[in-house]
Amino acid sequence: MSARRGHRRLKRSREWGRSRDLAMGVRFAFTGGREGWVRMLLTAVGVGLGVALLLLFTALPNALAVRHDRETARTDLSYGMKTPLKKADNTLVVGEAGTAFGDKEVRGRELQPEGPKAPRPPGVSKFPGVGEIVVSPALKRLLQSGEGKLLRERLPERIVGTIGEPGLIGAQELAFYRGTDHLVVRQDRGGVERIDRFGAGFKTPEKKDPVLVLLTLVVFLVLLLPVGVFIATAVRFGGERRDRRLAALRLVGSDSRMTRRIAAGEALAGSVAGLAFGAVFFLLVRELSGSVDLFGVSVFPSYLIPSSLLVLLIAVAVPAAAVLVTLFALRGVLIEPLGVVRAAKPPRRRLWWRILLPVGGLALLYPMIGKDRYGRDFNQYQVTGGVLLLLVGVTALLPWVVERAVNRLGSGGVAWQLAIRRLQLSSGTAARMVNGIAVAVAGAIALQMLFSGLQGQYTKHTTNDVTRAQMHADLWDQVPLARAAAGFKATKGVAKVYAFDEGYVADRRKFAEKTAPITMADCASLREVAALPSCKDGDSFVIPAGGGEEVAPGMSRPGSTLWFDSIDGSEGTAHRPAPWKVPADMKRARAIKDPTGDKRNGFLLTPGALPSGGAPGLHGQIYLALDQGLATAPDHARNTARRLGMPIDPVTLVSSKSDDTYASIRTFLFVGAAGVLALIGASLLVAQLEQLRERRKLLSSLIAFGTRRRTLSLSVLWQTAIPIGLGLALATAVGLALGAALLKMTHKPVGVDWASVLSMTGIATAVVLLVTVLSLPPLLRLMRPDGLRTE
Amino acid sequence: MTRVSPPGSLLAAQDLRKAYGPTTALDGADFSIHPGEVVAVMGPSGSGKSTLLHCLAGIVTPDSGSITYNGHELATMSDAQRSALRRSEFGFVFQFGQLVPELTCVENVALPLRLNGTSRKEAERAALRWMERLEVDDLRKKRPGEVSGGQGQRVAVARALVTGPRVLFADEPTGALDSLNGERVMGLLTEAARSTNAAVVLVTHEARVAAYSDREVVVRDGRSRDMERAI
Amino acid sequence: MSIGHTLLGLLESGPRHGYDLKRAFDEKFGHDRPLHYGQVYSTMSRLLKNGLVEVDGIEPGGGPERKRYAITDAGITDVERWLATPEKPEPYLQSLLYSKVVLALLTQRAAADILDTQRSEHLRGMRILTDRKRQGDFADQLICDHALFHLEADLRWLELTAARLDKLAEAVTA
Repeated sequence: MSARRGHRRLKRSREWGRSRDLAMGVRFAFTGGREGWVRMLLTAVGVGLGVALLLLFTALPNALAVRHDRETARTDLSYGMKTPLKKADNTLVVGEAGTAFGDKEVRGRELQPEGPKAPRPPGVSKFPGVGEIVVSPALKRLLQSGEGKLLRERLPERIVGTIGEPGLIGAQELAFYRGTDHLVVRQDRGGVERIDRFGAGFKTPEKKDPVLVLLTLVVFLVLLLPVGVFIATAVRFGGERRDRRLAALRLVGSDSRMTRRIAAGEALAGSVAGLAFGAVFFLLVRELSGSVDLFGVSVFPSYLIPSSLLVLLIAVAVPAAAVLVTLFALRGVLIEPLGVVRAAKPPRRRLWWRILLPVGGLALLYPMIGKDRYGRDFNQYQVTGGVLLLLVGVTALLPWVVERAVNRLGSGGVAWQLAIRRLQLSSGTAARMVNGIAVAVAGAIALQMLFSGLQGQYTKHTTNDVTRAQMHADLWDQVPLARAAAGFKATKGVAKVYAFDEGYVADRRKFAEKTAPITMADCASLREVAALPSCKDGDSFVIPAGGGEEVAPGMSRPGSTLWFDSIDGSEGTAHRPAPWKVPADMKRARAIKDPTGDKRNGFLLTPGALPSGGAPGLHGQIYLALDQGLATAPDHARNTARRLGMPIDPVTLVSSKSDDTYASIRTFLFVGAAGVLALIGASLLVAQLEQLRERRKLLSSLIAFGTRRRTLSLSVLWQTAIPIGLGLALATAVGLALGAALLKMTHKPVGVDWASVLSMTGIATAVVLLVTVLSLPPLLRLMRPDGLRTE
Repeated sequence: MTRVSPPGSLLAAQDLRKAYGPTTALDGADFSIHPGEVVAVMGPSGSGKSTLLHCLAGIVTPDSGSITYNGHELATMSDAQRSALRRSEFGFVFQFGQLVPELTCVENVALPLRLNGTSRKEAERAALRWMERLEVDDLRKKRPGEVSGGQGQRVAVARALVTGPRVLFADEPTGALDSLNGERVMGLLTEAARSTNAAVVLVTHEARVAAYSDREVVVRDGRSRDMERAI
Repeated sequence: MSIGHTLLGLLESGPRHGYDLKRAFDEKFGHDRPLHYGQVYSTMSRLLKNGLVEVDGIEPGGGPERKRYAITDAGITDVERWLATPEKPEPYLQSLLYSKVVLALLTQRAAADILDTQRSEHLRGMRILTDRKRQGDFADQLICDHALFHLEADLRWLELTAARLDKLAEAVTA
C-alpha cells in the first residue's frame, strides 16, 4: 500500500516535473533579454499572421452563407417564372431600376405598394413615397459626395431613409428602393411584377466563377505558405544559443527528455503569443472588412465569424505544430552536458523525393488544364493540392539546390571563399532561412501572372473593337432612333454616335426557313460597317459573307421577295409582316469591322431603299464612341439614356474598370508580399546577428591578422546573397510554371509579366541588401578587437 | 622620467596607457623587442598582458604613449595601414577560436597570404610548406573541427608564420593544450621563429612556456617590468 | 632559511631582548618549528661578532637573556642585500622565500620585487633546462622535465603569493 502510494506520488511528481519543465521553457522564452524579446516578437508576429489568415479562411464560408441568405431573403422578381397575382391589399408592384455607376453595379427597384399590408423589402422600415428613395449607406455616402454627382442626376429623388443591414449583402453594396405610382404590370414586358412577399422570387443561380474561386484559393495559399514556412523557421530561431542553454541545464542534472520538454515549452510560449496576436490581427481585419470592396464583393464585419470548431482546431494545432517542429529540429542534435553534438555530417541530400513534390503538383494541375471554362469540372481539392505541392516543392528542392550549387561554386576572393565554405558546411541552415522568401516570391509571381492574364482577358475577351465604340444601346421601340442619336450626340463625353436600325428579313411571310440580317442607315453610317463601292440614298447592298456566316444565295437574288418581321407563331394578333423585293440594282459590298468589332453579313439599306410600308421589326441600335480621356463618360451616357426614357442603361462594351481593379489588387499583393518578405528579412537579420555574435572571437582574430573589414562584410553579404539568389532563381522558375498552369486552367493566354517578376525579385534582393546593411554596424562593432579579450 | 627605447629594437613602446571604461588596463607600460628575440610577457590575469599585446600589434590604439615599429610610429598610421602592417609584417597565434571552422586547414594557413593578394594556388603551396614544418601537413584537407587541439594550434602557428612575419604575437598559444602538446607547439614555434629571425611576443602565465623565451617582461597592475634590465 | 637574516630583519623595527626575538620569530616564521633559545643566543653572538648588531643595553639582574640587541647600519645593509639576492632556484625553497617575503613586508620593503626577482631567477634556471632539453637526448629530456616541474611549482607558488601580497601583509603586520 505504501509502495503504491509512493508510486503514485512518484507519478504525480513526474507529471509535475513535466509541466515544470514546460513552464521553465516558457520562462526562458520571455526572459532572454532584449534579443530574446525581439525573437519572441518575431515568432509571435509570424505565427499571428498565419493564425489570422487561418481564421479569416475559416470565417469565409460563413460570410458567404450569410450573403447568400440575405440575397435569397430579398428576391422579388420572378421573371415570368410564377403565375401573376391579382391586385390586393397585400400586394406590391416591383420594377427593375438598377443602373451602374462607373464600374460599380447599383441594385435598384421601384416600389408601388397597393395596400396597407404590402410587404416591405428587408431592411426597409417605411415605403418611400413618390419622389422619394431609400438607399444603402454606401450609396448614400456616394450620392452625397461630389464623386456621386453624376449618379445623383439619375437618382434625384429625396432620400428618406437608409436600407438596414438585413437588406444588404455587403457594407459597400450600392442599392436603392424608389417610391413610384406609375408601374404597370404587363404580360409582354418583363421587369415589372406584382408580389405579395419578398424572398420568393427568382434567384440568379450562385455565380460560381471558377477564376474567382481559383484566385481566392491561390491568394490564401500564397500568403499562408510563406507564413507557415516562416513559423517553422521562427521556432528554430536562436536554436544554437538555446542548445547551449539546454546543455548547461544538462550539466546541472536535467535529462535529455527534460531538455526537450524545456525546448518545447519555449516553442509553446512563442506560438501561444502568436495565437493572441493572430486573434488581434483577425479582429482588426474584420473591422476593416466593412470598408473593403473586392471584385464588387463586400461583407459586413458581422459576417466574419469563424466556426468555433475550426477555431478550436487552430488553437490546438498551431502550438502543437510549433512544438513538433522544434522536436523535429532537435532530432539530429544530442544535447550533452558539456555541449551540443550535432549528428555527424548529415547524409547527402537526395533529389528524387524532392523533385516528386513539384512534379506531383504539376501532375495534379495538369488535368485541370483545358477543362470546362465554366468550372463545372473544376476540382478545388485537386487545385489546392497541386498548388500546395508545387510551392512546398520549392522548400524541398531549395536545400538540395543550395547544397549542389555551393559545392560546385569554387574559387574566388577571400570573402567569396569564406562565404562558400560556410555555406558548404551548413547549406541546410542557409536554405531554411531563405525558404520563406522563395515560397513567397514563387507564389507572388504566379499570382501576378494570373492577374495580368486576367487583365489581358478583360480587354481581349470580346471581339469588340474598343477603339471605335465603347457603349451600345438597344432602343427597342420606345425611343425614335433620330431623337436618341441626337440626344447622345449632345452628351458630354460622347465622341461619336453610330445609329442603325437593325433586324432580320426572312424568305417567307410565315415560318421562315432562311433569314438574313439587315442594317438600315444613311450612307455615312453604313460605311462604318462595310466597304461600299459608292453610296447615295436609295441604294441597297448585300454583303454575301461576313462574321463566319453567309447569306443564303437564293435570298439575295434580285426580284425575290423577302419579309420583314415574319411570323414564327409566338406573336400576338396585331403582327403584320411587310414584304420587300430585292432590288435589281443591288450592289455587293465587302464586310469590314463594325463599331463593335464584328464583321456583319446580310443586307444594307439606305432609308430611300425602304418599301413604302416601312420596315416593321427593326430596332434602333446606337453605338457610342466615348471620350477616352473622360472617366465619367459612361455615366453621362447613362444619364442621357435615362433622360430619353430608356428603361435600361446602355451596355458597356468594354470595361474600363479592369485597369483600376487590377492595379489595386496588384498593389495589395505587392504590399502583402513585401510585408511577408520584410518579416522574413527581420528573421534573417536576427539569425545573422546571432551567428555573428557566436563568431565574435573568430572575427576578432581575423581582424587581428589584418583582414580588411570590407572582406568580412562582403563575405557576410555573399553568405546571404548566394542562397537568396538561388532561392529566387528556383522561385522564379516554379512561380512561372505555376502561373502558366493557372493561366492555362482559366483559358487565358500564357504571358509572363516580366515587370512583376522583376519587381518581386527586386524586393527580395532589397531585403537581402537591407539585412546585410543592417547587420553591418553590429558586425563592425563585433570586429573590434575587444572580442579578443578573454577576461 | 623620460624613457628611451633601447637602440636596435624592432618594436618598442613607451609609457602606454589604456583604459576600458573605468578599468585601467595599462598604466604606463614599456616594452621593447629585438629581431630574433623571444620575449615572454607574464603577469597575473587581468594585469594587462593581452592589452599590451593588442597595443603592440596595432589592434588596439592606446590612450597615450608611443609605439614604434621599425622606426614608424603606429599612432600616426591609419587603420588601413595598421591592418596592412598586420597582414604583412606580423603574425598571430591565439589561445583558441582563431581558425575559420568552414575552411580546411590548408585554406586557413593560406588565408593571410590570400589577404595579401597571393593567388590561391601559390598561397596554398606556401601554406603546405609551413604545415610540413609544423608536422601537420597530413591535415591539409581536414577542417579545424576534425583535428585535435594541439594539431589545430600548430596549424595556427603555421598560419601565423606563413607570411614570413617580422614579429609573431602569441597570446597564450598553449592555453588550451596539455603540457606535452604545449611543449611541442612551443618548441616548433620558437624554432621556426628563430630560423626566420622573427621576434616573438609571447603572452603567457605558464612558466614552462615562458621558459622558451629569452627574457621576460612582467606586467602587474598595468605597469611593466623588464626583468633583465632591472637586474 | 637564514635565521640570522630573519632575526636581523626583526630588529629593524627596534631594539629587542633575546627572548622577545624568539617570541616574534616563532610567531611570524616558526609555525611548526619553534626556535630554541640556544639558537637565538648563538646566532646573536655571531651577529654581534660580525658587527651587524650591538648590545643596546643590559637589564639589571644579569644573565645573557637580559641583553637588549639593536641592529647596526651594517646589519641593515646585510638584510637588504640578502633580500635583493634571488635564491638559487632549487627545490623546496618555500620556507626561505616565505621568510624573505614576510620580512620584507615587516620592514616595509617591496615584497613584490623580491618575488619578481626570484621568478626571474627561476625562469633563468628553467630556460637553461629547456635549452638542455631541446638539445639533449630522451633521457636528458625526462630528467630536465623533472627539474622543470619542480621549478614550475615554486614559480607558481611565487605567482600565487605575489597575487596575495596584500592579504599576507595584513596578516603579518596585524
